Amino acid sequence: MPPAEQRNNALMTVTNVSSAIDQQPGIVRLGGRARGLSPGIVLAWLVVAFLVISVAWPGLIAREAPLAVDPAHPLQGPSLSHLFGTDQSGRDVFSRVVYGARESLSIGVAATGVGLAIAIVLGFAAGLGGRWADTVISRFLEVLFSFPSLLLALLFVAMFGAGVGSLIIAVGIGSAPGYARMIRGQVIAVRNAPYVEAAKVLGHPPLRIMANSIFPNAMRPLLVLGTLGIGQSIVWASALSFLGLGAAPPAPEWGAMLAAGRDFISSAWWLEFFPGAVIVATALAATALGRHLQRRLEGRLA
Amino acid sequence: MTGPMQHDQDLLTASGQPGKNLLTATDLRVCFGSGPLAREVVAGISFGVRPGECLAIVGQSGSGKSVTARTLIGLTGDGSQVSGRLEFDGHDLATLTERQWRSIRGARIGFILQDALVSLDAVRPVGREIAEPLRLHHYGRAADRRARVIELLRQVGVPEPEMRSRQLPGELSGGLRQRALIATAIALDPQLLIADEPTTALDVTIQAQILGLLEESKRRGRALIVISHDLAVVSRLADRVAVMRDGLIVEQGPTAELLGHPQHPYTQSLLDAIPSAHSRGTHLSDSSGKARAPAVLSARPGGLAAQAPLLVADGLVKRYKGPDGKVRTVVDKVSFELHRGETVGVVGESGSGKTTTGRIVLAVTSPDEGEVRLHGQPWTSLSEGQRRARRQHVGVVYQDPLSSFDPRWTVRRILSDALPAGYANASRAARIRELLHQVGLGDDTLDRRPLLLSGGQRQRVAIARALAPEPEIIVCDEPVSALDVSIQAQVLDLFADLQDELGLSYIFISHDLGVIHHMSDRVVVMTHGRIVEQGDAEAIFRHPAHPYTQRLLASLPQLSLQPELSGREPAYDRSA
Repeated sequence: MPPAEQRNNALMTVTNVSSAIDQQPGIVRLGGRARGLSPGIVLAWLVVAFLVISVAWPGLIAREAPLAVDPAHPLQGPSLSHLFGTDQSGRDVFSRVVYGARESLSIGVAATGVGLAIAIVLGFAAGLGGRWADTVISRFLEVLFSFPSLLLALLFVAMFGAGVGSLIIAVGIGSAPGYARMIRGQVIAVRNAPYVEAAKVLGHPPLRIMANSIFPNAMRPLLVLGTLGIGQSIVWASALSFLGLGAAPPAPEWGAMLAAGRDFISSAWWLEFFPGAVIVATALAATALGRHLQRRLEGRLA
Repeated sequence: MTGPMQHDQDLLTASGQPGKNLLTATDLRVCFGSGPLAREVVAGISFGVRPGECLAIVGQSGSGKSVTARTLIGLTGDGSQVSGRLEFDGHDLATLTERQWRSIRGARIGFILQDALVSLDAVRPVGREIAEPLRLHHYGRAADRRARVIELLRQVGVPEPEMRSRQLPGELSGGLRQRALIATAIALDPQLLIADEPTTALDVTIQAQILGLLEESKRRGRALIVISHDLAVVSRLADRVAVMRDGLIVEQGPTAELLGHPQHPYTQSLLDAIPSAHSRGTHLSDSSGKARAPAVLSARPGGLAAQAPLLVADGLVKRYKGPDGKVRTVVDKVSFELHRGETVGVVGESGSGKTTTGRIVLAVTSPDEGEVRLHGQPWTSLSEGQRRARRQHVGVVYQDPLSSFDPRWTVRRILSDALPAGYANASRAARIRELLHQVGLGDDTLDRRPLLLSGGQRQRVAIARALAPEPEIIVCDEPVSALDVSIQAQVLDLFADLQDELGLSYIFISHDLGVIHHMSDRVVVMTHGRIVEQGDAEAIFRHPAHPYTQRLLASLPQLSLQPELSGREPAYDRSA
């Protein structure tokens, strides 16, 4: 019968620590998953550190300007003087990748922000706005869901023209339905939580309950969602740039670099490989850190 | 007291009955982890059980009783070290390999877990579940196994066994599920049956049926080891009782002797902590049995009859549409009154509508018919906006305090949030401290999160929160059901002290008749959404008029089976 005791029992079986949980609550933390850093997480942090420096002080890492042309040395393979080789105009690919981080990452972060902002408005309206609002918004989200997200983004760019600004909004809109549905579920769960009822019984007005309890608790998973989403947004933004719908060449943007290198893929593999590898590494690092955060937060708050 | 080893010698030799032990544990130790983190959870205990005998191991959560039970079936899990001797019918269980265990577990030692819903596979018909051990131990052909399953279900008293065996666990009631689990455990006719809290999740009438079933099993010559925190359950079933604390057996002996004349102070405190008729008007958690202010319990009802009631529930009806589209009436014409300073106990089994009634009083669920009036004014018929200003008069304490706290908040924030507007910063901090001290907590809890508090501490924080707006009424919905008996005693004492101090009125909802009898001035007995009986607590418990109340009281396991030994009177009149 008593759920608390059941939970304790479950905890006992899981952690094999069976005694005195009531008396020594600290054991709950000790008994959980070991909190050591796995090599994957360390690697992810290293990638993030590299990216942060690239965004903040690209000059520290890159020795050449991203747009500096050197017609004497086009399409040279990776070497000590050009770590990632050079492109058809003799520009240093490594420097372009480093300087490109600022553009690609800000597109990814901004797009995620746009997506979350749209999703928060829709999700909260659906979760708190009553049955009518919920039905309308949920059906609308389902319609959006029936399009692949990238197609949705493409549609937007096609309507409003190419460019970094519309790219950000496009990717944001493409990712919004997924977030919105998650936030709606979260809002509904929190709205019906016993602690919200307890606040109501204390006589708190609905706006206060919303601001103090519902909003912050429903937003809790968003930190993780957002981190996970940045990786995805970067991939999408790169894909759109690759299709020529985002940053215009010769701007050092990873997707655009991929597109420009396409013509030389059989002779100069490094033009495709290094920007591609950095996109993959960034997305993986964001995802790994997101999952790591998720585990830590769930361990603490569940 | 004598040391555990010496006790063990007494136990093994000086037995009242003839016959050899089926299972003997000698200096059993279980240790989890290694190095500096190693914890000895069972610290050298010895006991034995004979065929046709029941040994009960009693203790609070964390005493090591459940680990002891798991050790007996070789399921202590990874990272545990078991040492000591564990002799079962001539084998030394401590030396068995996992493969050898499998031939003993289920076939010769059966095991019943606490919660049948979790233990049974949700997507497998119960008949298949029961047939599983038969199949694993190569019992006959498929048709024989089917016949055996039906026979087993009939044996454990499941009506319509053919139909039931095809149902999923979710389609069975709690009592039927527990029966199915017992059927699984006895499928291969094991010599020893181990039951870990076999009736904790069950209503009292179903509990009585399950206990009868286990008794029957014992009478057929099976040895039984029952793990429980409930001394009353144990006193009915067990021939001998071992009381565990911190991994040690502090006392063991024949049931009547141990419960009648407990030698160890811990056993005594466990017995004192049980709320019942005997404990009415006294403190449970200190052995002095200190009486509450005499004016409070005895003088109140008569003196208050003239006063207008604080709260009136008048003809409450609540209907819900079930998943099958059928409308069920969960609360049906419920009326009662609550006077200032009194406790109305609402008692009933699960599904009786008592929680819904409480929620209507709290005005978080609105009734379909009838209304609740507070101070003679409308309460449930108000709009939420009109009601909000008066909500401070009615507080709530839930069964599970943890989920009723915002998971991000510290105790300080929880209490601060509950204070009414108009406290300046300094007086706010002082008031929070005062509330904490009122519920017996220290300042060190202020900055902790409820997740890191113990169950008893959490419930104290919940009570402090309910007190913050200075309410007149607190609705308590099973507030002590999740707590161990001695913690429960402390929390019940706290409720009583606060009532004396602040003149609070309680609506106390519980399935536990002992708790209700201990706490209530008046009692409302509910079943199937209706009130079958209400009135003065003492009168109802002594002379129940309605057959349902009589059945409820008769099913209650009683602590003192042998009053001549224990010196106590039987609590309830069973002749009715």
